[in-house]
Amino acid sequence: MNSAFAIDVRGVTKKFGTRTVVNNIAMQVRPGEIYGFLGPNGSGKTTFLRMLCGLLTPDGGEGKCLGLDFRRESAEIKKHVGYMTQKFSFYEDLTIEENLDFIARLYDVPQRQAAIEKSLARLGMVERRRQLAGTLSGGWKQRLALAACLIHEPQLLLLDEPTAGVDPKARRDFWEEIHKLAAEGLTFLITTHYMDEASRCHRLGYIAYGNLLAHGTVDEVVKAGGLTTWEVSGENLATLADKLRRLSGVEQVVAFGTVLHVSGRDAGKLRAAIAPLMSDAHHWTQIESGLEDVFISLMETAKDNFA
Amino acid sequence: MSFSFQRFWAIVLKEFIQMRRDRLTFGMMVGIPMIQLILFGFAINSNPKHLPTAVYAADNSPFSRTLVWALRNSSYFDITREAHSAAEIQTLLAENKIQFAVTVPVDFSRQLLRGEKPDLLIEADATDPSAVGYASATISALATSVLNRDLTGPNTHLRAGTPPFNLVAHQHYNPESITQYNIVPGLMGVMLTMTMIIITGLAITRERERGTMENLLSTPAHPGEVIVGKIVPYIMVGYVQVALILLASKFLFNVPFIGSVSLLVALVFPFIVANLAVGITFSTIAQNQLQAVQMAFFFFLPSLLLSGYMFPFRGMPDWAQDIGECLPLTHFLRIVRGILLKGNGLAECAPDLWPIALFVAVMLTIAVKRYRQTLD
Repeated sequence: MNSAFAIDVRGVTKKFGTRTVVNNIAMQVRPGEIYGFLGPNGSGKTTFLRMLCGLLTPDGGEGKCLGLDFRRESAEIKKHVGYMTQKFSFYEDLTIEENLDFIARLYDVPQRQAAIEKSLARLGMVERRRQLAGTLSGGWKQRLALAACLIHEPQLLLLDEPTAGVDPKARRDFWEEIHKLAAEGLTFLITTHYMDEASRCHRLGYIAYGNLLAHGTVDEVVKAGGLTTWEVSGENLATLADKLRRLSGVEQVVAFGTVLHVSGRDAGKLRAAIAPLMSDAHHWTQIESGLEDVFISLMETAKDNFA
Repeated sequence: MSFSFQRFWAIVLKEFIQMRRDRLTFGMMVGIPMIQLILFGFAINSNPKHLPTAVYAADNSPFSRTLVWALRNSSYFDITREAHSAAEIQTLLAENKIQFAVTVPVDFSRQLLRGEKPDLLIEADATDPSAVGYASATISALATSVLNRDLTGPNTHLRAGTPPFNLVAHQHYNPESITQYNIVPGLMGVMLTMTMIIITGLAITRERERGTMENLLSTPAHPGEVIVGKIVPYIMVGYVQVALILLASKFLFNVPFIGSVSLLVALVFPFIVANLAVGITFSTIAQNQLQAVQMAFFFFLPSLLLSGYMFPFRGMPDWAQDIGECLPLTHFLRIVRGILLKGNGLAECAPDLWPIALFVAVMLTIAVKRYRQTLD
């Protein structure tokens, strides 16, 4: 691969009928990077991944994926990409080993048996190899799916919400595995809704209604959001939140457990708006805006633009 | 807990909404009874008339002309061919071109007038006993009086009592009119149609319904590899069915195996492929497994009723026969019955082979056109 990027695409567009689901998106991901892809449901994340691995035909765009033309050479790209679907999509009526064997055959993996053994060992599934995939719990299914995606030693992994419905411990183990693999040079493009997962990515992209609204490292994305955030704690937060929402300068009020995050893009205006409400009943502190604050703000703005 | 009308009604409404959303199922619920009504009501006739008949009149006399005229008048026989030799008659019967053949031998009228009671030969293709039953009975009834009008003057005495000629009836291929001889080999075609279409119909729809299709498409697997890979195991299943039915035919029902079994085994192949192609096509259209099964049933019903499996093909009106000619089962039934009961070879099977081949070509074209390598 002579390209400096594992994924280097521009102007990627997909329409379903008259609806533009992915609108003119550019993305560059370096080899060995974990790129987090975020955005609300139906924003076009899955569609974008499917276009990268040849499952959907783009209506526009150009560029390279693993050094190959992503529009014309999708057959070749498929051989070096692992795609993990949102929904478990292996055969529930096949055993773990049979599923791995099937996938290995489809990819024409050399020394298939050895590859399967290695994969089973890494999964910690050697004793459960004859268990039907359908009888596995959510976390184990996800591990099996990851193992199956890796069996042909791809250079790029596209993971579509890989940790949805998986418990925190399994999620943590999963991310450790991802980081280990990335350190070995594997590139990841992962969609997620979890902020803790987003912050574990090297770089992020935020997509809403088909548009890529922000991208960069976590810090860059937060900075680009240009948000000032105040944290309030105290009594009767619900009433306070109602009052705050009516003020100009306050763009967003979000409840986080026992505190409120009050944000706005114009720091001065925000301060002026909340000043009268800064009574002793509540404790106010200015904090660093979090990813979540920025994303909610981005989503709200995008909605305004598209309404 | 008591029965709540409110809750019950909620379920009823929900069912109706879902029924309305699933257009295909709704269509099938209306369409299948309609088809049954039309087919059973108009197409099926267990007392077939207008059966194609060949006449070989070696003795061209007024008597033979009267005979032909009487046959035609009975409405059971359509004289579609004039044969010129006994061999031609045999070929026409073997190739399924005619149901009956009437041979008026040389010297028929001379012997008749001499009171020598000449033979009048009626041959029937009795592979399907129900197709010839009524017509055969008509001939016997006809024979006693048919020539009375021509026997005038000095020949009037020949009218009395028994007919002036011997009616020799040959029930070819199934002389004892054993229904099983017709049904059991035909069952092979029916079984294959039913199972092959349903199984393949489900095979691809299931992948889509369970979401495994998305995974399959993201691998380097080519559509040709997927379709052929899915068909081949079921071709084998089809052959297992063929073997079972052949064994049962031989040892359980004593169906005669006059023709070559290996020819039959070879010619089963295009028929199995035809059905698998239908199944694959359906599975590219159906949204879920239920719809695939419904579509299979939708195809199976006319196949069963219009192919000549259950009811005589020639008893149906022309439009029903035309539909029947489009179905692979119709042609396969002729092939399997032809080989086993008539001893037909490849040459006699050929007229029914190319329609199956054409059917396969059309279906596979649709299937490949509809099968998408992407999820678009």
